[in-house]
Amino acid sequence: MNAKVFFFLLFPFAVSAQGFAGLGLKDDSFATPQIPAIFDFPRDHGPHAEYRIEWWYLTSNLEAKDGTPFGLQWTLFRTALAPENGTGWSSPQLWMGHAAVTTADSHYVTERFARGGIGQAGVTAYPFEAWIDDWQLVGPDLNTLRMTASGPNFAYDMDLEALGPLIFHGNDGYSVKSAEGQASYYYSQPFYAVEGTLKLPDGDVQVSGTAWLDREWSSQPLSENQMGWDWFSLSLDTGKLMGFRLRQTDQTFYTSATWITPDGQTTAYPDGAFSAEPVSNVTVKGRTIPTQWRVTLPDRGIDVTVAAINDQAWMDTSVPYWEGPITVTGTHKGVGYLEMTGYE
Amino acid sequence: MRRPSLTMTGLHALLSHWWRNPIQLFTLVVGLSLATALWSGVQAVNAEARASYDAAAATLGEGEFEQITSDSGMILQADYVRLRRSGWLVSPVVEGQLDNARLIGLDPLTAPNGLGPVDMSNGQLTVDMLTSGVFFARQETLDLLGEYDISLVQSPDVAPGVILTDVGTAQRLLEMDGFLSRLIVAPAQPMNQVLFTDVTPKLTLRTPQNGTDVARLTDSFHLNLTAFGLLSFAVGIFIVHGAIGLAFEQRRPVIRTLRALGFPLRRLMALIAVELLALSLIAGAIGVGLGYIIAAALLTDVAATISGLYGASVSSTLQFRPEWWLSSMVIAVAGTGMAAATSLFQLSRMPLLASARPRAWAMQAGRGRMYQAGVAFGLLILAALLGLVGSGLIAGFGMLAALLIGAALALPVVLDRVLAFGTSRAKSVIIEWFWADTRQQLPGLSLALMALLLAMATNVGVSTMVSSFRLTFTGFLDQRLASEFYVYANDADQAAELQIFLTPRVDKVLPIQSVDQDIRGLPSEIYGPTAHATYRDNWLFLQSAPKAWARIESGEGVAINEQLARRGDIAIGDKITIAGKLFDVLGIYGDYGNPIGQVIVTEALFERLFPDSRALQFGLRMDPVDVPALTNELRNSFGLAETNMINQAGIKAFSLNVFERTFNVTGALNILTLAVAGFAILMSLLTLATMRLPQLAPVWAQGLTRARLGRIEIIRAVLLALLTAAFALPLGLALAWTLLAIVNVEAFGWRLPMYLFPMAYLRLAVFAMIAAILAALWPSYKLARTRPADLLKVFSNER
Repeated sequence: MNAKVFFFLLFPFAVSAQGFAGLGLKDDSFATPQIPAIFDFPRDHGPHAEYRIEWWYLTSNLEAKDGTPFGLQWTLFRTALAPENGTGWSSPQLWMGHAAVTTADSHYVTERFARGGIGQAGVTAYPFEAWIDDWQLVGPDLNTLRMTASGPNFAYDMDLEALGPLIFHGNDGYSVKSAEGQASYYYSQPFYAVEGTLKLPDGDVQVSGTAWLDREWSSQPLSENQMGWDWFSLSLDTGKLMGFRLRQTDQTFYTSATWITPDGQTTAYPDGAFSAEPVSNVTVKGRTIPTQWRVTLPDRGIDVTVAAINDQAWMDTSVPYWEGPITVTGTHKGVGYLEMTGYE
Repeated sequence: MRRPSLTMTGLHALLSHWWRNPIQLFTLVVGLSLATALWSGVQAVNAEARASYDAAAATLGEGEFEQITSDSGMILQADYVRLRRSGWLVSPVVEGQLDNARLIGLDPLTAPNGLGPVDMSNGQLTVDMLTSGVFFARQETLDLLGEYDISLVQSPDVAPGVILTDVGTAQRLLEMDGFLSRLIVAPAQPMNQVLFTDVTPKLTLRTPQNGTDVARLTDSFHLNLTAFGLLSFAVGIFIVHGAIGLAFEQRRPVIRTLRALGFPLRRLMALIAVELLALSLIAGAIGVGLGYIIAAALLTDVAATISGLYGASVSSTLQFRPEWWLSSMVIAVAGTGMAAATSLFQLSRMPLLASARPRAWAMQAGRGRMYQAGVAFGLLILAALLGLVGSGLIAGFGMLAALLIGAALALPVVLDRVLAFGTSRAKSVIIEWFWADTRQQLPGLSLALMALLLAMATNVGVSTMVSSFRLTFTGFLDQRLASEFYVYANDADQAAELQIFLTPRVDKVLPIQSVDQDIRGLPSEIYGPTAHATYRDNWLFLQSAPKAWARIESGEGVAINEQLARRGDIAIGDKITIAGKLFDVLGIYGDYGNPIGQVIVTEALFERLFPDSRALQFGLRMDPVDVPALTNELRNSFGLAETNMINQAGIKAFSLNVFERTFNVTGALNILTLAVAGFAILMSLLTLATMRLPQLAPVWAQGLTRARLGRIEIIRAVLLALLTAAFALPLGLALAWTLLAIVNVEAFGWRLPMYLFPMAYLRLAVFAMIAAILAALWPSYKLARTRPADLLKVFSNER
């Protein structure tokens, strides 16, 4: 499909040959996140046309009745060619959807594209609905959602129920991404309980588990010397941990993390508190990708090994990256999701 | 040191032949060049056309993807979004006429082929395209456009006459806000989908439309061109065969001497092969150059013909594509190899001390001719058998090949009998000598005469076919376009207003409503015309049940076109399903030039079957004098564009213009093939002239002046040309019949009636005669100027 080449050019993080490093390009006509971050809900669950990129990013760790693990992803990206809504086909708002299901030996991926302005894709804040084509994440509100997606060889239909509050990363939702101060608005709903049906080539599977929704928007989230990121969301026996490491061209890293207690209390950690080190690599689509990691947050006594359930969970989409479910062992036990971008 | 010098000596000895016989060399090179030129010219035209079709197909995905269409020709954009939201991966297309180009709007995000041939690697261009708008087209297409506030990008791979742009831009310019023309269905669809009929019951999901595939439609046109190319190549190879054969014969003494001196046979043969390869490469290159010139000259007319007949666009600028020039070089070398094979084989088996006397290769006769007659007879029988029992396009072409080759081989045998008969009836010595001498020359001239026969027969065959097509088609247009004026509404509302407006102004308004539907799996259109004498009077049935029109008008059954009847194997009395109901087929009518099936039902029945369809076209019966006034009125009151109003006289003029273009193409090819044949005659006569002195000298010695001998030469050429023409006429008619009744039916599903054009054939015979006279002129002039001393020498040298 030609959209592949095409979208590489459209999505800002694909503009340059360095792939995700394109997120570092600046355009003054777009708005930039400000401190203090002030949110207005439910309005802010909806799109922010004046910012260049935005996503509704949901990952889920599931199990069948017999204990077989599954991972599931539902993502809607928005990108703007200009900071306005526009109408009809000439709207500068473009949408991209990614959906995936991961098992221990298979990884099903599919993607969709849509123009804003004609109703093929979009997000409304209240009642909440995010959709592209037949895929939807729809609720009355963000606490109760139904999530559907379908590809040529998989489909799913899940019910989600939030069992805890929204949590805000960084400085009350203002998440700094580099020493130069690039930032995004970033909040999550990490407390979903999930139940539903996976439709796979071998038949239907009833599954249940947990899900984590990330909401993030900005206009220039990365610094020019950053090439990609490794992002972890871990559901551990004593709480939840979000941590990421931005890889910089001088081989150094910028890290950030949020510790979340079971009742939703958060502690934000600045650069350096959290660390993630690759333990072993695999070759995926000709790229060397670390799928086993040592992750530490000494302040919380966390020193765990993170391993992919399926190390071939490559998102072979127009903007390719690795995204898949993981298991956690070491000082803490649990499951989670790992996303790695910018591996060329 | 010895080896190279031996090879060089051999090569020198062989090549010296060409220095001594420059005309033979000239014949060989020119014959091969001409043959290659026509072949490569035709191939170049075909390659250019095919590239244009491919570009169009790559853009639209026609024939590759399923499509969703609507009876009204318009799809609501809301239906598109509803389909997407029901799990249908479809992509919108908006198309229409903008100035004199075809504007096609696609959504690059969802189109299965993206923007087809357009290079989108420029990010800013992409952004512009989706927001302010960009036109992608060839420069020649961009030149057709008026002023628009839109960036123009020259894209040579976009189909000719097409502008590609974003779907939103196209909607805006074509004033189609909220509407789409059709949807392309992506090949991979998700697991979960709502049933199509539940989403949009009024739209039609169509399988890839091979039936309307441009390449398939225009195949016969290109086939005709290819046949021309191949025939002239065959004619050229006759010439080359003659020239090579003669050269081998004349070089026998050299070869014998070389071998007697110890020159190895293998190396000798290798040298000759290399020599021929070099000659064929040179001639091939000249031929490709000439072919380019021919193709460039023809392309404009070909492009006009194809766009007129089939609505397909072909670029009118020629590109130097390897697919045709390379294939032409290959065929030039292969053709030379074929022509030289026998001679090389004979050389390899020649005894070392074989007689060095020229065996007068051209004089061989007797046993060979019997054999040739046998092969000719066999081929003609095969052609007849294929015509009687064969089926399929391949059998049709097999029949053509067997007929042409068989007839060509039979020609010398038939001429020999005719001349023998003439000899037996001769009243005077000179006349008897004339007949006998002509007969004696026949073997040497037979290849050239065969070339002339093929050229003339093709000429008769193809011009009969094209003229028959023109007569039938214009007659058919008279039948079909019975209304004086045709009006096309932009939408259903306008159609309703138009009908009210027009009814009091003309004799009769005939709404033309149609829907597209598959009948027996074949794409077809269903028409529901208003019952009116116009149809009864003008639509003639090829086959029909008794009282067909009356029964069709009562809604008892339907009429179908010949294409549908042949492809769907439907006969009178069979039943077909339309909109889920069964109907009897009561009539089959001719529908020339239409690529797809057609069904006629009554207006009432049509409205019952397709209650949602609205007629957007109207045929108007009126006084032709009032047409211009009405055109003006419609333009002013309804803002109808020129393309929405078609004057019957205009269509006819347009069709005739298309045929004129076709005639230009066939005419040019006809003249070229005749020229090649004329050249063959000239060369044969020149070759014979030097060899014939021993036969002419005695006649001269007995008192016939050189001038008279020269005149006799011309008369002889005319006689042979006339005899060949007499033989070419039936052959050409057989060829035409095969093309019309077999090849056309197999390729298109309809049979063309065959008409005869005696004046055209007469003109052709005159041309052939002129060609023969021109060819004989120089040899006879040379003969008339032969020095008496040379003629006398014949006696002193006599062996």
